[in-house]
Amino acid sequence: MTSTTAHDAEQVHIVGYGTLIKVWGILVALTGALVALSASHSPNLALLGLLVITPTKASLVFFYFMHLKYESTALKYMVVAAITVLVIFVGLTFADYLYR
Amino acid sequence: MTSAAAESTSETQPAEGHAGPHRDYIGAKLGMWIFVFTELILFGGLFVAYGMYRAMFPQDFHHASGELNVTLGVINTLVLLTSSLTIAMSITAIRLGKKVQAMALLSTTAVFGCVFLVNKFFEWKAKIHHGIFPGSPLLAQRHHGEALFFSLYYGMTGLHGLHVTVGVILMVIMLVFLARNKIRQDDFIKLENTGLYWHLVDVIWIFLLPLFYLAA
Repeated sequence: MTSTTAHDAEQVHIVGYGTLIKVWGILVALTGALVALSASHSPNLALLGLLVITPTKASLVFFYFMHLKYESTALKYMVVAAITVLVIFVGLTFADYLYR
Repeated sequence: MTSAAAESTSETQPAEGHAGPHRDYIGAKLGMWIFVFTELILFGGLFVAYGMYRAMFPQDFHHASGELNVTLGVINTLVLLTSSLTIAMSITAIRLGKKVQAMALLSTTAVFGCVFLVNKFFEWKAKIHHGIFPGSPLLAQRHHGEALFFSLYYGMTGLHGLHVTVGVILMVIMLVFLARNKIRQDDFIKLENTGLYWHLVDVIWIFLLPLFYLAA
């Protein structure tokens, strides 16, 4: 067995150019939507942009550009754990500030 | 049992006659992801600081954000998004065995990284020229929240810019590896990990854009 074939099992999926370009197009469109919402002079719409569009963009980068969609379940859980820690960290700090 | 032991050895060690070093693809990728987590926590702390001060000084943050150039911020976003596309395509290219295409796409990514830094340089230069920088006499006369906003702006975009600079240096190193066939169709983890790092830089900017440029 050569080291090349040992690798092959781990290199199952190659993300095609078409998928990558589509994801890029969606990211650019979402950026446009984010800018439009922030220019709408409505604080609620701007907040919606920040809380919905921005995490959606980040998720697209994680899932497609960073290949997370095609990774093992263990790695997906690790990412969920890391982001959960971050959310707890941010949430507790804000709760402490708002309700002290 | 002896045959099982021999089998497990053959899975982890290169067969006799193959002098190639042992490679651990999953381990290398996992290590990079753990580094990505530490970076998320690092910038997460800075985002918390931003959120706290914005909650304390909402009006000051609103006014100060209005002084940033939205067009330049959006252009830099498009530059980074496109650079993320080209580095992802470069990884696809090398996996398909297209070395020249992979090198061209990676070079394009490095150029986009430099364009981002040049834009940032002119943006900072204009602000500093107008007397807006941490500790400046002009900011000392203005509201406390505005001075805080610009300190966070320089601190966070500065740390991000440092990451972009490191990313461009990494890409140049990866180009040398590609040219010398140290990155190739059957061994591309170095390029894949550089891609993970670059996408992280992109994700951080995705959050910086609405927080600083669109907060007005």
